[in-house]
Amino acid sequence: MLEFIIYKSIICVAVFAISLGIAAYSTWWERKFAGLLQDRWGPSRAGVWGLLQPLADGGKMLFKEEIIPNVSNKFLFVLAPGLFIVTAIMAGVLIPWGPAFAMDGKLYPLQVADVNVGVIFLLGVTSIGVYGIMIGGWSSNNKYSLLGAIRSSAQMISYELAMGISLIALIIVAGGTLSFGEIVAMQDKGFANVVWQPLGFLIFFVCALAETNRAPFDLAECETELVGGYHTEYSAFKLGLFLFAEYINMFVSSAVMAGFYFGGYNFPFAHELYNAMGLQEGSWIISLIGFGAYFTKTLIFISVFMWIRWTIPRFRYDQLMNLGWKTLLPLSLLNLAITVVIEFFRGNIQF
Amino acid sequence: MQLTNRKVVVSNKEQSFTEKMYFPAIINGMFITFSHLFKKRPTIMYPEQKREYAPIYRGQHVLKRDENGAERCTSCGMCAVACPAEAITMESGERKKGEEGLYREEKYAKMYEINMLRCIFCGLCEEACPKEAIFLTDRIVASEFERDEFIYGKDKLVEKMDKRIDVTKRQTPEVLAFKKIPGLKHNELHTEKLNKGKH
Repeated sequence: MLEFIIYKSIICVAVFAISLGIAAYSTWWERKFAGLLQDRWGPSRAGVWGLLQPLADGGKMLFKEEIIPNVSNKFLFVLAPGLFIVTAIMAGVLIPWGPAFAMDGKLYPLQVADVNVGVIFLLGVTSIGVYGIMIGGWSSNNKYSLLGAIRSSAQMISYELAMGISLIALIIVAGGTLSFGEIVAMQDKGFANVVWQPLGFLIFFVCALAETNRAPFDLAECETELVGGYHTEYSAFKLGLFLFAEYINMFVSSAVMAGFYFGGYNFPFAHELYNAMGLQEGSWIISLIGFGAYFTKTLIFISVFMWIRWTIPRFRYDQLMNLGWKTLLPLSLLNLAITVVIEFFRGNIQF
Repeated sequence: MQLTNRKVVVSNKEQSFTEKMYFPAIINGMFITFSHLFKKRPTIMYPEQKREYAPIYRGQHVLKRDENGAERCTSCGMCAVACPAEAITMESGERKKGEEGLYREEKYAKMYEINMLRCIFCGLCEEACPKEAIFLTDRIVASEFERDEFIYGKDKLVEKMDKRIDVTKRQTPEVLAFKKIPGLKHNELHTEKLNKGKH
């Protein structure tokens, strides 16, 4: 029992640290990548290649003046960014980072919690993020913040629906399991889910962009066009937390996409490679290689998020709503219907 | 008249199905941005690497001294008259006995101020000056915190004898000859005077 607790604590801290570290360095990579795409160099002053830039940014955020509006609800005002970042990190507990490794006859999975209703937990936790935004906008006691909060939460709710329905199609393909670990492990045999669910992946991807408030759906933070957003009244580190949570969200949703649709820690010819290296099932080296594969996929997804951000211009609000309700929702329903028919004829489901 | 060959005729035609899907256009755009990863970057890494100025760059002014160290400015006010931004003000004084080493003419500028916030660095003062006293240099006007600091007096404008400023690029024989051509706009005052003398 003690062993279990220690192991889980270590994994917890590791996932936490990795989430924060990746989020911090995403800000660096975002700027660097944006620079490279725009024929500039990006950060280059703080450290080699500007690698100390996240530290400098963090320091700046810490030492800025902290302002809490007099007329705001102070408790909720302080609570909101915390709530936002906690929900962002919480989704990370589900991710199975690699195959379990065996020690003294015991299996140690590289996952904080293999919840058997993982997908539902994921959707639930991500929707709590809306509370962070809404409370933040409301407690500022500023009309523009409130409007911004309503805008952002409406956006997140609209896209959650299409996302959920595309996930149902995925679950049907995965044989009815709701556990993240099983969905990833199942892709070990056969193809990655994206082969069976290309349309579902596309819908999920677009929804993930909208859910994380990333461009081209970053209406939550367009200062020039729509007066900031829910975080208009925030300053210093509380604003930093909001922005930081966005990057954690991006990291988690990249990991989720890589796990759900691109096989997670599985990769083509993995078993041939392990056999060639003479590795036994349950070896920690396999876990490490799997972790590397998963991590690489996640990082590629993060880069794609950024690549899209620096390519496509921002959607207008009505276009955003049109896309969500009139295009993605019917498309995801269509995708679900097609999936059900195909799976019925393949004999995977019966009525 | 056509300035570029990038003219596009705007039309109100309905979008076709593929255009409405956006995806081909988005993929196309993403490949365009991706191709920029491999392009040459024109960035100049500023503090280490500096862009070279053109030889005729017009920066902060200098009031020259002559070979003996006397101020060339005779406070005629031509530069102030020529200045389109009205940035130059001056007050003349009379040279006393014993100051011949300090000022070249009997009249000199007791006070000479250029408001660097108003100056547009057009170089007309330089052209107007009949005494070859004011020149624009390749130096940049320093940044300050107070607006008052930008009014440069003689202490900042007159060149120091130990740190003389090279303005030979602006004093080429061609320039000097150009300054003396009668009938040109910038020499009008000069020619008018000559004509007046004749009548």
